[in-house]
Amino acid sequence: MTVSSTSHQQEHGRFITVMKDILARPSGRIGLTLVLFHILLALLSPLIAPYDFKLQNSSLMLSPPSSEHWLGADHLGRDILSRTLMGGREALLVTGIATPLAVIWGGFIGILFGLVGGRVDEVLMRIVDAFLSLPWILKMLVLIVTFGTGIGVLIPTLTFFYGIPVIRVARAATHDIIARDFVWAAKARGHSRISIIWRELLPNVLDTLMVEGAMRWSWMLLAFSSLSFLGFGVSPPTPDWGLMISDARGFMSFAPWGVIAPVIGLSSLIIGINLSADALAKALGIDRAQKAPM
Amino acid sequence: MLIRRVLLGGVTVCIVSLIIFAGVEMLPGDACTQFLGEYQADEELLAQCRKDLDLNRPPIDRFAEWTQGAITGDLGLAADGTTKISTIVGDRLKNSLLLAFLAMAVGIPLALFLGVVSGLWRDRLPDIIASTLAIFAMTIPEFVSATLLILVLSVWLGWLPGIVLTSAAAPASEFFPEILLPMIVLSFVMCAHIMRMVRSSVIDVMASDYVQMATLKGVPYWQMVFRHALPNALLPAINVVALTIAWLLGGVVVIEVVFNYPGLGRLMIDSISDRNLPVVQSIALIVASVYVCVNLAADLLTMIANPKLRTMYMRK
Repeated sequence: MTVSSTSHQQEHGRFITVMKDILARPSGRIGLTLVLFHILLALLSPLIAPYDFKLQNSSLMLSPPSSEHWLGADHLGRDILSRTLMGGREALLVTGIATPLAVIWGGFIGILFGLVGGRVDEVLMRIVDAFLSLPWILKMLVLIVTFGTGIGVLIPTLTFFYGIPVIRVARAATHDIIARDFVWAAKARGHSRISIIWRELLPNVLDTLMVEGAMRWSWMLLAFSSLSFLGFGVSPPTPDWGLMISDARGFMSFAPWGVIAPVIGLSSLIIGINLSADALAKALGIDRAQKAPM
Repeated sequence: MLIRRVLLGGVTVCIVSLIIFAGVEMLPGDACTQFLGEYQADEELLAQCRKDLDLNRPPIDRFAEWTQGAITGDLGLAADGTTKISTIVGDRLKNSLLLAFLAMAVGIPLALFLGVVSGLWRDRLPDIIASTLAIFAMTIPEFVSATLLILVLSVWLGWLPGIVLTSAAAPASEFFPEILLPMIVLSFVMCAHIMRMVRSSVIDVMASDYVQMATLKGVPYWQMVFRHALPNALLPAINVVALTIAWLLGGVVVIEVVFNYPGLGRLMIDSISDRNLPVVQSIALIVASVYVCVNLAADLLTMIANPKLRTMYMRK
């Protein structure tokens, strides 16, 4: 009982140290501010959006910014400001659920096979390699075309495919850590296997997985908005930045505000996540630049 | 070791082809329901069609036939039952390769240069500018940067055509200057990834013992950089270049759609929408083979270039 409470306090203390470290960096401050801003916006936007996002007004079609419609209206006469404010909700909901799920299943399998090793591990890694050698867009589109679009398909699809590279990372981290001195020391002290895994391995692998998760989040968002842009993501009239950019692209020469507003929304969220991930990686002492994209 | 790597690459391609084939088999409906769909096919027609297209044989038989054909370059027929896939895919593959090579020819040297510069002048002005730009290029989706570039360079300034109108079968020379804008976007993204990696590896090497030793021995700065530091710093870049190319195989799809470029990626999206599954299968196989080959080439290059790794692999 006492042991668990002290280790809990240590965890708590470490969380505060890491947070302080993140906030001490400009990238961390800007990044976290942007991410928090977007989360709050996603929660509150239905209340603050000035117009109904699906209300069409044909007299306003492609009208420029005005005092009633600050960012003008799109090709169906819908208020762009309201749609931009709400455009991140679906993306944040889908990636916010899929990212932790992907890290959990990928991390679990990766650690497990990293510990088991041998033939099974070898075979699994070949399958992982095979999956990674197909471009993400192809893998996802095949599933989406089969099972249809919508959150019910997008969340499992993203969770599944983005968990696969996590397997690799978790396995490598596991291999890396079980070869270290402190694991040998714990073994020499006569600790049980379970206790070594729980007390020595997991806390160290978790650091890597947290950074991995933050990076996966931004890539998942990228994938999600690209799918929306291509017309395989959310279905209209749901406001979504990717879809809005795709819709407004054709009218770009005389109504550029329709493109610029969602571009700013999407870019600021993705940059915020990336800056936060960068600061987290530095605070935890993990070199993020060494990682190649997947 | 060398043979082992080549064999592993082969195994990966085999597993990929299995995954692709199984994935397509699992999809509801087959070539015949798709092909006859518009005529509200009755059972009799469906049965006749399946017999014609040899769909009644067990999947394993058809898989064997498909792989045999693929090895000899015969990818079979498209879903309409008449066009040969190799002719459709051939032109598109050529166009995609043209775009990729142009982007690499611009992006890789630029990335190496910027990476070395910002690594040597870490946290000074050139580094801060290059690194910030790199973060933007890496994180902002390709369709966003592409759309913004079209808006600025094509719509506002009118310097470059924003959309490709040339047909797929046209010779390479006809794609100029339409190809320039997609090429810029692609090399921009690629450059960012490679530059970040080169930068961090230059920083690592410059902090290493042997570089400090060389400095202490009085080796002139630039001689030390070129003779001692850079050869070691650039080795890991080979692998990152390979991974970036492989990753871009996905990004290229979006860029081709944005610019209406008649490459493999747009063909893939069109085929998926049309449910032209034989074509999707073939594209997936081609792309996966390219990925495996690029990785293999990078591994071999690293092994040849690095005496330390060479001997390490020998011992294994």
